[in-house]
Amino acid sequence: MPDTDAEETAAAPASTAGKGAGGIAGFFRTAEIDTRLLGMIGALIIMWIGFNIMSGGTFLTARNLWNLTVQTSVVAIMATGMVLIIVTRNIDLSVGSALAAIGMAMALLQTEILPDIFGIGHPAIWIISLAAGIAMGAAIGGLQGAIVAYVGVPSFIVTLGGLLVWRGVAWWMASGRTIAPMDATFQIFGGGARGTIGGTWTWVIGIAGCIGIIALMVSRRRQRIKFGFTPRPMWAEIGIGTVVCAVVIGAVAVINSYPMPELLARKYAEENGIAWPEGGLTIAQGLATPVLVALVVALVMQFMATRTRYGRYVYAIGGNPEAAELAGVKTRWTIVKTFMLMGVLVAIAAAVLIARLNAATSGMGQLSELYVIAAAVIGGTSLSGGVGTIPGAVLGALVMQSLISGMVLMGVDAPLQDIVVGIVLIVAVALDSFYQRKAV
Amino acid sequence: MTQETIQQTPLVEMKDIRVAFGGVHAVDGVSVDLYAGEVVALVGGNGAGKTTLIKTLSGAHKADSGQIKIDGQDVTIDNPRDAKALGIETIYQTLALAENIDAPGNMFLGRELKTRWGTLDDSAMESETRKVMARLNPKFTNLKVPVASLSGGQRQSVAIAKAVYYNARIIIMDEPTAALGPAETTQVGELIKQLKSEGIGIFLISHDIHDVFDLADRISVVLQGKLVGTVDKDDVTMDDVLGMIIIGKLPDDVTQTEREQLHG
Repeated sequence: MPDTDAEETAAAPASTAGKGAGGIAGFFRTAEIDTRLLGMIGALIIMWIGFNIMSGGTFLTARNLWNLTVQTSVVAIMATGMVLIIVTRNIDLSVGSALAAIGMAMALLQTEILPDIFGIGHPAIWIISLAAGIAMGAAIGGLQGAIVAYVGVPSFIVTLGGLLVWRGVAWWMASGRTIAPMDATFQIFGGGARGTIGGTWTWVIGIAGCIGIIALMVSRRRQRIKFGFTPRPMWAEIGIGTVVCAVVIGAVAVINSYPMPELLARKYAEENGIAWPEGGLTIAQGLATPVLVALVVALVMQFMATRTRYGRYVYAIGGNPEAAELAGVKTRWTIVKTFMLMGVLVAIAAAVLIARLNAATSGMGQLSELYVIAAAVIGGTSLSGGVGTIPGAVLGALVMQSLISGMVLMGVDAPLQDIVVGIVLIVAVALDSFYQRKAV
Repeated sequence: MTQETIQQTPLVEMKDIRVAFGGVHAVDGVSVDLYAGEVVALVGGNGAGKTTLIKTLSGAHKADSGQIKIDGQDVTIDNPRDAKALGIETIYQTLALAENIDAPGNMFLGRELKTRWGTLDDSAMESETRKVMARLNPKFTNLKVPVASLSGGQRQSVAIAKAVYYNARIIIMDEPTAALGPAETTQVGELIKQLKSEGIGIFLISHDIHDVFDLADRISVVLQGKLVGTVDKDDVTMDDVLGMIIIGKLPDDVTQTEREQLHG
């Protein structure tokens, strides 16, 4: 889970939050808990309970929560990159259109070009398609980033142009046709019938996650003691470790309690030579591939943002571009790299999306740039730069998707859904800036 | 090296430096030099061109023409990385700190310490910062907060620590005490004397004529982008230097009327 490294996000303002306040704030400060992230989790829980009551108990079901994780993946993957873009005081409005163009290219490769060379179903097909998509994403990002960083055109303009250009490219590549179906192996990226890892593996990942979290906490503690700093109090270490692991185990339990639909289970039983008993079988699907991809992306991005030089430079540029330049940071190249990274994440999101839809259309991803930016901003990313975290963006994506999903379950009309999402975005940012002003 | 040889080759020679912004000559053919273990003060009114001149040495700005020699060798300084590679560190008037990052992050910005896995070694950087701060500003201990929430003196300490940590040979200080109270100013003065005794050459830009007389060995005065002259501190009075700053003439060339006007 990405929310374990609360105190690692040293660049976030949250570490100063609660300064000068007594009791509760003091408790969180001693325990080194990111109060901002905690607040978001609290808001999410309240929202979930609210939706559950209003939808007559359908929201907090394993089935809905499982679907929610799958639906969040595409936006969450891109939001982790958008955080870094916005932290460097830039914006990328082209992600929705780039998603369509890259998705279309990958779809064309695996349906119309590569099968002629390798034959249908050859394993090279999905590998080459994915690699080509990622390369295309990096190229699109690199091109836009270079125009921003070296030519000096504001990113708003460059990517606004990109929004039109890549949408046009997506249409032009297949003259507006819908391309389907995807390669059988490639479809695994989308979840769906074969795109889940099963109950056992989900437990393995959950337990490995817990061990990883504990190992990280232990190594952090050792490191601090080695350099003679006061470590986090033992009660806080144990408390946080227990809560986080309980959340991970709980999430795995919920995911695994959503069984395969009967038809699929029957097929699975046949394939694995299990006798179909009277009254049916309950086989856990486990984590869906898109969710796994999003989790891996979030972990890698969190690592890059907080543990590498590149990440440090991204935040330094956001905090004071001139200071970063004077300190010898290659600021322009860092910005190009950030846009390239965004492009790669768009390609990964595109792979998940076309695999899930089992089709590519030139209209895919419309308005998703706005959802991605909204997720980052709800997650605490400041548009003035320098501030934002990866776990925040993932949570932001989850908040947005919960909102949409909850309203769908309640039978709210689509136009009203848009109105609510728009208002929530503004209120979330307003609350945040109010809170920040109080904290500093 | 003996004192003699040090004196023969200046640490820094800047010759006939010119920088123009549009049609304005911000720096118009200025030459200054600096020896090891020496403090040269650059003084002049606002907009005289001191900061622009010094930016050509720190790599923040490229000179349109002119020559820079370090240890008698011609060098080109195109960016701050070049300057740092030559052992030139700068404390900017604006401090040049990333407000959202903590003190160790700022101190090691661009030169982060890494663990053996290539990741940032935050603990090592914090530990090093603590050591430097113990010397520069012992009262400053809350290192892990973003510098935006630090006091002026603490922020200044971070900027100074950033420059002195890396065994610089040449340190440029642009108004190092502008944001400081009297006690902290004294501290910076002590630091300058200490650095000087270690053989480091310092260019000091300052508005405060008392600071200049207290710390500098030689004083270079610039007016409207041109060098008025460079004088030994021991050969002149504060009035002489004020005359150079305002009238733009060397003490000997100032007429009696001009001298009276100055005090009028």
